[in-house]
Amino acid sequence: MDAGVVRKALAGACAVREAGDADAVGGVVPSFVASPGSTSETSAVLRAAAEHELAVVARGSGGRLGWGTPPARCDLVVDMLRMDQVTEHAAGDLVAKVQAGTSMGRLAEVLATAGQQVALDAPAGATVGGVIATGLAGPRRLRYGTPRDLLIGITVVRADGTVAHSGGKVVKNVAGYDLGKLFAGSFGTLGLVTEATFRLHPLPPARAFVTAEFGPAATTEAMASAVASAAGSPLVPSAVEVSLGRTPQAGVLLEGSADGVAERAGLMAELLGSAGAAGTTVSDAEPEWWGAPLAGAGGGTLVRIAFWVAALDRVLGAIRSAAQRAGIRPAVGGPAGAGALYADLEPGTGPAAAAGFVAALRETLADARGSVVVLTAPAEVRAALHGAGGMHGPVPSLNLMRAIKDQFDPGHRMAPGRFPEGVS
Amino acid sequence: MTEALTIEGLVPRLAAIAGRENVITDPLELRTYECDGLTSHRAVPALVVLPATAEETAAIVALCAAAGVPFVARGSGTGLSGGALPREDGVLIVMSRMRRIIEIDPVSRRAVVEPGVTNLSVSKAAAPYGLFYAPDPSSQVICSVGGNVAENSGGAHCLKHGFTVHHVTGLEIVTPSGELTWLGDGTGVVSGYDLVGAFIGSEGTLGIATKIVVKLTPLPEAVHTLLAAYPTMAAGGAAVSGIIAAGIVPAAIEMMDALSIEAAEAAVACGYPEGAGAVLIVELDGPASEVEAEVGCVRSLCMKAGATEIRAADDAARRAAIWAGRKSAFAAVGRISPSFIVQDGVVPRTALGAVLGRIASLSADAGIRVANVFHAGDGNLHPLVLYDDGSSAEAEAAEVLSGAILDTCIEYGGSITGEHGVGVDKSRYMPKMFDADDLDTMQLVRCAFDPASLCNPGKVFPTPRLCGEVPGARRGTHPAVAAGQAELFLWFTERAVVLPSARLARPCALRGASSLGARGASPPGAGGASAARPSRRASAARRPGGVPPARHVYGTCAARHVRGASPTRRVPSFPRRTSPSAHHTYQATHSSRRTPPSPPHPYQWPQGP
Repeated sequence: MDAGVVRKALAGACAVREAGDADAVGGVVPSFVASPGSTSETSAVLRAAAEHELAVVARGSGGRLGWGTPPARCDLVVDMLRMDQVTEHAAGDLVAKVQAGTSMGRLAEVLATAGQQVALDAPAGATVGGVIATGLAGPRRLRYGTPRDLLIGITVVRADGTVAHSGGKVVKNVAGYDLGKLFAGSFGTLGLVTEATFRLHPLPPARAFVTAEFGPAATTEAMASAVASAAGSPLVPSAVEVSLGRTPQAGVLLEGSADGVAERAGLMAELLGSAGAAGTTVSDAEPEWWGAPLAGAGGGTLVRIAFWVAALDRVLGAIRSAAQRAGIRPAVGGPAGAGALYADLEPGTGPAAAAGFVAALRETLADARGSVVVLTAPAEVRAALHGAGGMHGPVPSLNLMRAIKDQFDPGHRMAPGRFPEGVS
Repeated sequence: MTEALTIEGLVPRLAAIAGRENVITDPLELRTYECDGLTSHRAVPALVVLPATAEETAAIVALCAAAGVPFVARGSGTGLSGGALPREDGVLIVMSRMRRIIEIDPVSRRAVVEPGVTNLSVSKAAAPYGLFYAPDPSSQVICSVGGNVAENSGGAHCLKHGFTVHHVTGLEIVTPSGELTWLGDGTGVVSGYDLVGAFIGSEGTLGIATKIVVKLTPLPEAVHTLLAAYPTMAAGGAAVSGIIAAGIVPAAIEMMDALSIEAAEAAVACGYPEGAGAVLIVELDGPASEVEAEVGCVRSLCMKAGATEIRAADDAARRAAIWAGRKSAFAAVGRISPSFIVQDGVVPRTALGAVLGRIASLSADAGIRVANVFHAGDGNLHPLVLYDDGSSAEAEAAEVLSGAILDTCIEYGGSITGEHGVGVDKSRYMPKMFDADDLDTMQLVRCAFDPASLCNPGKVFPTPRLCGEVPGARRGTHPAVAAGQAELFLWFTERAVVLPSARLARPCALRGASSLGARGASPPGAGGASAARPSRRASAARRPGGVPPARHVYGTCAARHVRGASPTRRVPSFPRRTSPSAHHTYQATHSSRRTPPSPPHPYQWPQGP
């Protein structure tokens, strides 16, 4: 491609600059970085990219740009940070429309003025677009779900520059297909998200964290039973997390009125105690391990294990034995009550050990309903995972996913190669 | 490859799959399935088949796909947008024999059910474990979970608990090409694209669900219901605003206006406060301590907004008394009007006052009464446009008024449908809400799942997108044309347009009666209105799903277009092409096929169980 011609075409759409090493995505250095300031500029820049057959990767804060398989090629990074406006906050309707480059922290500030929130535990620095694209959700996914559950309207730009909307700004709406569901968690492989409308929740007046410790001798069964009892209780926990450090712990978040939370916290502590916890504490401050290892610094290999909660005991056992076999000590924790755990393998972990851990988990849990997915890993671990099911392991309905990718991005230029092996 | 098969030619093959007794060819029996809960749209399917398993369903769909015959799935037939309207040239696949609850896993809070299982029976089966299935459409006694998945059904309590899409974590589906596959694994943690999310609410156009993994929710410790009466709708609306502003998310906030209160009173003697201009029902659920505090708060907010009377209920019987009027409202309105149209528009909650005002003035201008019953918490209106179907002018005016109400919803930033779906009923309004690019983009999903456009074609979208095109540029030969399937469309179009008016003019089978005769499909008490029940027992109606909806017989099913004079009968609008040779090719191949002749109207609905 003639760089001069391409640059000119891109510059006709929006602000553009030459890319540097710092713009690399998973080691792939792009040629240009474009910074559109609006949906129409994003459309123009994608039209130009289509004309010149550029491979495109969208970027928000860049915090999770290393997630997924690195793109097979990347000519253009579309930096969304100029689109940082909260377009509309209809407090009376509990709805907010926001541009994709807005940080979750900024959005939270605006909403807090009306005592409202987007009930996702995304890092403050992460952008709205990034959170949607990665489907990122923290501990409170148990009660509020993930971005797809709170998204009620979306504006996207397709690979060819076509702008499309779905949903709207009312919570209850079944008109047309819900593209938001498809774009949430699509890692930029179907097109770019430029604006999103969320349903909001009131900020709770009070919250309490009930933490239960399990002695070193405690069985995984005791912890599993405590988690299931907490998550299935009518005390309406917002989150049920675990952390499997030296002292395994389970933590429950309760939100509501001050009196109500205090009363429920007492009942929850009793419930956890009767399920076998060695001791419980109640605090209005979150435990230091809350949200880990998902909220960790990264750089290592992050594995997500999803399961039916009834299998938690078995999953905990599988993680323990896979780690022992691989000779590693991953940090393990996460929203166990919502059927997910994360294992964080520190950056220095040997590729064979990391891949062995993942393979062992997949093997042990092969007949259980769920998945073992490597969210991010260093290049050498990714290489070692070839032949061990890759990053994603078996994914149901891969042929339908391929068909969707082919329809939305027939040229396979949007984050090519990013997604489950064989899709893009 | 398209096989040269007539519809009749499918019969032995379908019989080999599902058993001859589960393939319906008798014209009289076929007629049982001519509409779903939206009775103003009717089409007698060429064939009906009732599979018993996922594998049978897959084989049936594969057969239709190979033959290039369109197919439509149907659950309990309670849909209100004509989403399960059959194709006269197609196969109707009725899922109601698949009604097993396969698994309940109380620890994981999941159940695995077949699509024909009724919504309420999931909650009943989960109750011993202290769990329930949260989405609760008004028809939950009879509507099927498979239908809920197709429509992304809500219900009065979705304000707090969410819709079907928030409570389904895995689906086994038959793809439109006849493959059996799983979307999601039931965990609710997605790997790859969220195909479960894409499928739910696609109104049966992306395939047929054969197993559904639903989330179960712990039963709330306490449920408390308040009824507040107001002199005006505006005062009731102010109470709603106050509750939301206080940071309370009730399980449900419902409102009824004077006309619907009057109708409910006449129908079920619900004993709502006399002379009320509006009644507000607020239900709070959750941990006892929270609910108690919220009830106090809601009560004082209701008083502050000028309530003339407040009633409270914290036990099941008294709650049921409060809900009786609200739940009977649709059927009750049938008593004060020969016919009515129910709309399902949504507006931002804060625009409710303005929109209700507009509806009132539209109603006055048209000289057509409108009763308002709605989910005030989420701005989902259900205006009931009352008219006399004996007057074609009035029917026409009601139709126009209905459209104007939807226009108003869109104008205020809302939606044309909050829970009933687009189906055939509202597809023509889609271009008012979405532009051509939006609709084209949505249909990319359709093209990925169903490139031949055989799965419930003609629903949701006003104009089908030909799949396989280069996006943004219409060129090249459509694969369906190449495969000989596009001719089908042409032919269908012709047929639809020239439907004999006699078919339309026929008196309505459902008039004044409603009952359930489905084999095992009829929960006690679901029989709906109690008008005269004819004595003859029709065999068709004993089939599962082969029964008109009981709960949505709006006084009479003879809605707008039953009288033949109406120029606006809605038929799926396919693009008309001018390729006479293609047209003839199809006709030649299918020359032996004729839609079963419409019998004179002898139909009498059987007794309920």
